[in-house]
Amino acid sequence: MALLELSVVQFKNYAESRFQFDSGINCIVGDNGSGKTNLLDAIYYLAMTKSAFQAVDQQNIRQSDDFFRLEGVFEHEAQPFKIYCALQTGQKKIFKVENKPVERLSEHIGRVPLVLVKPDDSYQLNEGSEQRRAFFDHVMSQISQPYLNSLLRYNHALKQRNQLLKQFAEKHWVDHDLLTVYDQVLLTEGHSIAQARSEFMQTFEPVFVQFYRNIADKQEPISLTYASHFADPEFATAFKAARPKDLAMARTTQGIHKDDFGFALQGLPLKKFGSQGQQKSFAIALKLAQFEVLRQAKGEKPLLLLDDIFDKLDDKRIAKLMEMMASGTFGQVWMTDARPERSHKLLKKVTASKRFFYIRQGACEQVEQG
Amino acid sequence: MMQFSSKLIEEAVAQIAKLPGIGKKTALRLALHLLKQDEPFTQTLAEALLRLRREIQYCQVCHHISDAPTCSICQNSQRDRSLLCVVESSQDVLAIESTAQYKGIYHVLGGIISPIEGISPADIQIDSLLSRFPSPEIKEVIFALSATMEGDTTTFYITKKLKPFEVKVSTIARGIPIGSELEYADEITLGRSIIGRTEYE
Ligand SMILES: Nc1ncnc2c1ncn2[C@@H]1O[C@H](COP(=O)(O)OP(=O)(O)OP(=O)(O)O)[C@@H](O)[C@H]1O
Ligand SMILES: [Mg+2]
Ligand SMILES: [Zn+2]
Repeated sequence: MALLELSVVQFKNYAESRFQFDSGINCIVGDNGSGKTNLLDAIYYLAMTKSAFQAVDQQNIRQSDDFFRLEGVFEHEAQPFKIYCALQTGQKKIFKVENKPVERLSEHIGRVPLVLVKPDDSYQLNEGSEQRRAFFDHVMSQISQPYLNSLLRYNHALKQRNQLLKQFAEKHWVDHDLLTVYDQVLLTEGHSIAQARSEFMQTFEPVFVQFYRNIADKQEPISLTYASHFADPEFATAFKAARPKDLAMARTTQGIHKDDFGFALQGLPLKKFGSQGQQKSFAIALKLAQFEVLRQAKGEKPLLLLDDIFDKLDDKRIAKLMEMMASGTFGQVWMTDARPERSHKLLKKVTASKRFFYIRQGACEQVEQG
Repeated sequence: MMQFSSKLIEEAVAQIAKLPGIGKKTALRLALHLLKQDEPFTQTLAEALLRLRREIQYCQVCHHISDAPTCSICQNSQRDRSLLCVVESSQDVLAIESTAQYKGIYHVLGGIISPIEGISPADIQIDSLLSRFPSPEIKEVIFALSATMEGDTTTFYITKKLKPFEVKVSTIARGIPIGSELEYADEITLGRSIIGRTEYE
């Protein structure tokens, strides 16, 4: 997979810019706040149908304008294809592939496999179990449409059921038949989700462990764990038995929305016992493992977006990453850096073709083949 | 913001633009069109709208829009009373009628169950549907609700409630794309759907 051309119109701080990307390494440089991360986000948007940073979709529209438009020319097995996205204030988002409207946005997920490494990965992945679930859901959704559909159905039913529980609590009245309708969806979809997650961990863990050891340069016994209510073969009974508790708490207390992906170092939870460095290695190894499992599943290299990694990683880990880059582990790469000299220097040993984009106030000032 | 030189136009445009699918620009075009016609044209239009709103009734049996206490479909002795098709809105009845493939009778729920939107079973015509049972005539209930999770939930819920009456239950074949509403399915699809319905367990 490759992105050859990108047009960014009134997206975040960009007025109107066109980019022709290198099939190797694209280095986005410019001052703080110039729009480097925004450019990565535009790429992410075309792959994932939403921003990686801005949860309020309308706020991706440039402040002084009332719509944004993104157009990318991608290439898959030597065949170019176009992805188009436009959003106008107060209207529904328009998403097209090869000029054909995408009926359901979720169908688009996975068409352009992509990995984004961002500065707060380490914090997020080590902190909350919700973020870790989100990470695995994000990876698995890119690989499997059935998984994504189950997840959407589950989450929707969960939202409805929780709302229903709240209403019952307020009205002091219960419609057990209606709850049962939602229970059925949660149990069916939850079961396939838990099974898919557990199977996925089998493939993911060895890949992850290998990357962790490479990055940390140590043979530390690191492991991933996955815990789910559904591991219990009698879970359907337990779920039904929890109804009085659900009614009392006015929310669904059991299910895959409580699953936990854990990380352990020598059997101890990383969050509590890992050093800063170990936690960083861990986050980057997760992202690299994501790259590798996506590559295996898709039979092609995902796009790799590296935001500000030189600021966040120490020299040793940067060196490891540059080694991988030099040995051709990755395909098309975008990396941002506020210090062009540093990027030039670090990329010197990498023989892949390189292009530098100098960004200033939401516009590309200069392009340099390096 | 659009600038109008006339308060009267501004008011009319604001009202017309409240209709679904009509933006300010279209509203303005419609308002100017009315001004180009003779006065009786607008008079007749306004009266028709007022009468529609004031005199329309909902069928006491099936809740479809009607000119009389019982709608023309429920009154029609040619209709097959062994088939009952459950739909969300009167618009769905009109869509199915226009296919001329279905000869049974209807029940219009007036919505589908969605706690998030504050719509519970009590807010739609479920009780009145159940009160049509046990029925000496109705042999089969066909659910033609939208292919969304809310549509599924409603179908499933009512099916549970119909259990004691031992009536055959079916759903229309899903030739309709997921997520789309019934009213967007083209007529051929809908007609075929009713013929190719599947039994519901
Ligand atoms: N909707 C928007 N309209 C206008 N400007 C926006 C919008 N959204 C974000 N911005 C601006 O974009 C700028 C941030 O851009 P970005 O995060 O891409 O910078 P950066 O080059 O990555 O900086 P850093 O080196 O600090 O990471 C901010 O000045 C922000 O105000
Ligand atoms: Mg940035
Ligand atoms: Zn009627």
